Amino acid sequence: MSYYDKYIKYKDFDFKGFFDKITDEDVLNSINKERLNEIDFLTLLSHKAENYLEIMARKSMNLTIQHFGKVIFLYTPLYLANYCINQCLYCGFNVTNKITRKKLEMDEVEKEAKIISDSGLRHILILTGESREHTPVDYIARCIQVLKKYFTSITIEIYPLDEHEYKELIMAGVDGLTIYQEVYNEDIYKNLHLSGPKRNYRYRLDAPERACQASMRSVNIGALLGLDHWRRESFFTGLHGNYLQNKYLDTEIGISLPRIRPHKGEFQPEFYVEDKHLVQIILALRLYMPRTGITLSTRERAELRDNLIGLGITKMSAGSSTEVGGHTLDEKSEGQFDISDQRSVDEIKNIIYKKGFQPVFKDWQAI
Amino acid sequence: MYDKLVIGGREINSRLLVGTGKFPSNSIIPDVIMGSGAQIVTVALRRIDFDSEDENMLNYIPQNCILLPNTSGARNAEEAVRIARLARASGCGNLIKIEVISDNKYLLPDNQETIKATDILSKEGFVVLPYMSPDLMAAKRLVDAGAAAVMPLGAPIGTNKGLKTREMIKILINEIELPIIVDAGLGKPSEACEAMELGAAAVLVNTAIATAKDPVAMAEAFALAVKAGRKAFLSGTGAVKEYAEASSPLTGFLA
Repeated sequence: MSYYDKYIKYKDFDFKGFFDKITDEDVLNSINKERLNEIDFLTLLSHKAENYLEIMARKSMNLTIQHFGKVIFLYTPLYLANYCINQCLYCGFNVTNKITRKKLEMDEVEKEAKIISDSGLRHILILTGESREHTPVDYIARCIQVLKKYFTSITIEIYPLDEHEYKELIMAGVDGLTIYQEVYNEDIYKNLHLSGPKRNYRYRLDAPERACQASMRSVNIGALLGLDHWRRESFFTGLHGNYLQNKYLDTEIGISLPRIRPHKGEFQPEFYVEDKHLVQIILALRLYMPRTGITLSTRERAELRDNLIGLGITKMSAGSSTEVGGHTLDEKSEGQFDISDQRSVDEIKNIIYKKGFQPVFKDWQAI
Repeated sequence: MYDKLVIGGREINSRLLVGTGKFPSNSIIPDVIMGSGAQIVTVALRRIDFDSEDENMLNYIPQNCILLPNTSGARNAEEAVRIARLARASGCGNLIKIEVISDNKYLLPDNQETIKATDILSKEGFVVLPYMSPDLMAAKRLVDAGAAAVMPLGAPIGTNKGLKTREMIKILINEIELPIIVDAGLGKPSEACEAMELGAAAVLVNTAIATAKDPVAMAEAFALAVKAGRKAFLSGTGAVKEYAEASSPLTGFLA
């Protein structure tokens, strides 16, 4: 079985009909359950549930503090390269975009690593576009060898791999995978990914599962919010997370909620996700999966990120750059998208303390 | 009354052990430890940032405390063993609390892997305190594997649900010669007191203190509860009876 079977079960589900029938009592019943099922989760994503955000927020905060403590885990992305052969309409690295292409050499990786680790960060997320020619798995493994000297946890956000390749990278020192399906709606997926290997919906959809099978320590999934209606997309994301967590108990499943950001290219998202609705997704997810880590990146603006500390978020990026060599090189390339929260690691650290939470720089030790 | 807790041949002067995770700031930890009166303090090796002055948790633990590094994050015996060795190599001492958890939903410990890790590490000279799901046979195997104490959970970790495994823990207290330290799940001082009244040798508390509005005051409250529970245990609590027992019994004339 694959998550695809689960997706198919709900693919033609009458979401509108379901949401229209939800009553206040349904929402309250779902909020008050100790263990929510997928129908409860969907109930909390309904229009009706928007009237109960405060009650959901209180429960979400309690659950988050109970399971994670008064802490926020910090990490930062490091872009190794932006070569890409995919044509994804919403992405700055799209093969048809005329941007400067760049790949870091090992000495440049080391320079970036030094600067980032000096800021106190110990967890790094490394990213590339999809190009097995420019950034093959063994290039990534070589980068990991360099980065291991500076970071205690290395997570990858790269093109999907086969299980044996995930195993190779785990052996090299990787402990986590981040991979977004971008959009669960298979029809929209085909329309947005015009060419390149990424057109293969199933291969991407099953990538998190292959990583679990390779015994990856943590796997983080998500949908790029704005590509289809968020109520559907966040439902499929939560369902995917729950599917993986039930099947692979020894992998920590996390969920990111990236909203689409401006980037190089003409694409305009069809669906806008308001702040209020982003909050609704976070709260519904927390109530549905109390132990799942939820990540909010610097895509979101500072003020919103600050307000969300304690409400369900457990992990944040800090001091981010989406450019290759963004921390050290004078001649930078274009970023994948524009970041919104431009504050330094120190500033973010201080604001987390001010909110009564502890910024945690190190939560894993390569063993 | 002479009443000392002995773990691995070492006399411990407090029956409350505390954890260091989940706090809003490391800077509060010294006061929490002081308030709790704890001598043994557990720290997840995964969280110790040896290279950072500000973020290194160890800098916040008073010198007179005994450090109990734990293997949080280990998914099997092999990983637990590797973490334990890393802890010792980093200067964290000989004491190790084994946590092997391969279940990210409930965070329940894997007894079988815990027994394996205990066996390996005790042979390497570690003083091993294994965290476990309360099960008599598993506890006996931990004793055989060389554990220095046994640490059954009161309820799933972080749940604050209290002494849900009470009957199983009672059995362990009765049948296992080693100190039984109730770890995980205790949400209120009264529940720590209950564990001590039952005859637990000690309790370990983290979440209930760390997530309290006033962690220092809560640490003090737990310290008092543990002392009260221990004293009650030593004083011999009266038996619980189903019917009231009048001081002038109805059948007194038969005597």
